Amino acid sequence: MISIKNLHASVDGKEILKGINLEVKAGEVHAIMGPNGSGKSTLSSVLAGRTDYEVTAGEVIFNGKDLLDMEAEDRAREGLFLAFQYPIEIPGVSNVNFLKTALNEIREYKGEEPIAAKDFLALLKEKQKLVELDGKLANRSVNEGFSGGEKKRNEIFQMAMLNPKLAILDETDSGLDIDALKIVANGVNTLKTKENAFIVITHYQRLLDYIVPDFVHILYNGKIVKSGTKELALELEAKGYDEIKKQFETIES
Amino acid sequence: MVEAKTNTAQILIDKISAKAAKVNYIKDETLTNALMYLETKGIPTNKHEDYKYCNLDAVIKKEFKNIEQKFSSISNINEYKLADAITLVVANGEFSEELSDKIILKGISLSKLSSLKSNSSVGTLADVNSDAFIALNTAFSSDGFYLKIEKGNALQIPIHILYISTADSEAFVNTRNVIELEENAEATIIEEQLVIGSSKIFTNYLSEKIVAQNAKLNCSTFQNEGDKGYSINTNQVNVQRYGHYNHTTVTLSGQVVRNNHNVVLLGENCEAHLNGLFSAKGTQLIDNHTLVDHQVPNCESNELYKGIANDKSTGVFNGKIFVRKDAQKTNAYQSSKNILLSDDATIDTKPQLEIYANDVKCSHGTSTGKIDEEALFYLNARGIGKESAKKMLLSSFAQEVINKIEVESLRDKVTQLFENNI
Repeated sequence: MISIKNLHASVDGKEILKGINLEVKAGEVHAIMGPNGSGKSTLSSVLAGRTDYEVTAGEVIFNGKDLLDMEAEDRAREGLFLAFQYPIEIPGVSNVNFLKTALNEIREYKGEEPIAAKDFLALLKEKQKLVELDGKLANRSVNEGFSGGEKKRNEIFQMAMLNPKLAILDETDSGLDIDALKIVANGVNTLKTKENAFIVITHYQRLLDYIVPDFVHILYNGKIVKSGTKELALELEAKGYDEIKKQFETIES
Repeated sequence: MVEAKTNTAQILIDKISAKAAKVNYIKDETLTNALMYLETKGIPTNKHEDYKYCNLDAVIKKEFKNIEQKFSSISNINEYKLADAITLVVANGEFSEELSDKIILKGISLSKLSSLKSNSSVGTLADVNSDAFIALNTAFSSDGFYLKIEKGNALQIPIHILYISTADSEAFVNTRNVIELEENAEATIIEEQLVIGSSKIFTNYLSEKIVAQNAKLNCSTFQNEGDKGYSINTNQVNVQRYGHYNHTTVTLSGQVVRNNHNVVLLGENCEAHLNGLFSAKGTQLIDNHTLVDHQVPNCESNELYKGIANDKSTGVFNGKIFVRKDAQKTNAYQSSKNILLSDDATIDTKPQLEIYANDVKCSHGTSTGKIDEEALFYLNARGIGKESAKKMLLSSFAQEVINKIEVESLRDKVTQLFENNI
């Protein structure tokens, strides 16, 4: 699905990612955990195509194509989805119009016909139910006046609508209460198939009780310093990040 | 300030006076004052504070050297008609009975200015000693119209006034009208300004609008004059007790467009809402000046102006609110929001509040920035391409103003043209 090799990235001349290696296959769920400032959000931004970051070395192959060579919109059209940590409010653009445009541009890219209005509405209803998103929210402007939890649910709703091959969830659990967390996790679990994959970026182990990862990676100081199975997350939760920091700071220095 | 007077006014008068008809519906004294004003003050240059960003003297001198007043006739306006409105046509500045729909509704009277007497109320609102273009229009006005909605009549169908000009060579049009709503009358008016053909036309539009007690006037002005269109548009409006005046101006093109919107709130508990949207491209200059004069207590005014400037264009918003000493309990709000789409585009905004009463609520806000990069990225990250993402954001920015247009067919037309334009 995606193969990240020796990825280095900087922002304003400061190196944040210092050689990331990660291989995600179809049907897998990977969790990336790490303390604040370790580069988690930078990694998701670089993969999604945010231009504030400069990739200084490395390569990312997504379904056989050079991901880093593509514009953000083409990455999305190829099947990459980023659930934003801080979803943007866009006053005046209705959620429905936004999703219809997105869906149709993706279809056009694939050489498909625009979706019929009837089918679009049916899809909208089905996916809304999945994340228990109020129909009224779907008709409002994108994220405008949404609560933190509603914004995150709207991200998962969008994901459900666009049906990506690889979804990166960037701290989707932050700011969610336990009920909202369950809804989000249930959405992801329902959408999971053998053909798609998820990268779940999180600070806390809590989300991983509901979205069970196949692999857990610990990102620290711009590198994946440890990989393991879901037990690694539990270990991290028990010991905290301090031990990781201590262990790897000594190696670095 | 000492205003350097140029000879532009004199040259212009020489060119347009020969073919201008005698203005018999305005008192001789007023006509004399108008000419005197032009003689002493001339056409404003950028030395004039009100025309700082809009040097119309230079524009006329440079772009209108060869005014010949050879207008072409207009025979068919069907393509410009709106489905749900009565169409009135002003062709090359003159009201055209042939091209206009016949009005058979009761409670409306419509006259050509030339059919009025010198004691008409034409010219009672627009002061010839306040502005050179008011003076110029008054002295050389072409045969516009006087539209009156009589007492207690609420017009159910909008009136769409189409100002359409075309000429064989450079031309100057002084078009004029009065729209009067008597007590308890209601009307929705659309004014659309177009220049067709290949010659440059300068339009000096002047409208006096009277909103009597408890009357309600909803107006939309749609300006889409293209690169051949140059215009200054003055609206001089009086609103009486419990009167409502709503006006939305959308400017999608025009090489130079200057709008002077002056509203005087004369009776208690009246309201004025002024909205504006412009989208400037190329080297266009679009300059909106508003003046809301609160003379009496308990009135409300609201202004929302939005602008987009691309390429090397310039946009201006200058909004002045006067709150006179007696105008206690005034509510006056003003907001100007602008987006710059290029590094070479310019936006100048200047809110001016002059408040002489002590118990009022007034506020103004202005912002100018680039398109929201975060929002753009969000749309891109969902597979929406750069161009359509930009369009979506600009449309949503504009929609707040477009939605103020009362008439659906115009709203749809403006939305469509706006989206094609950006």
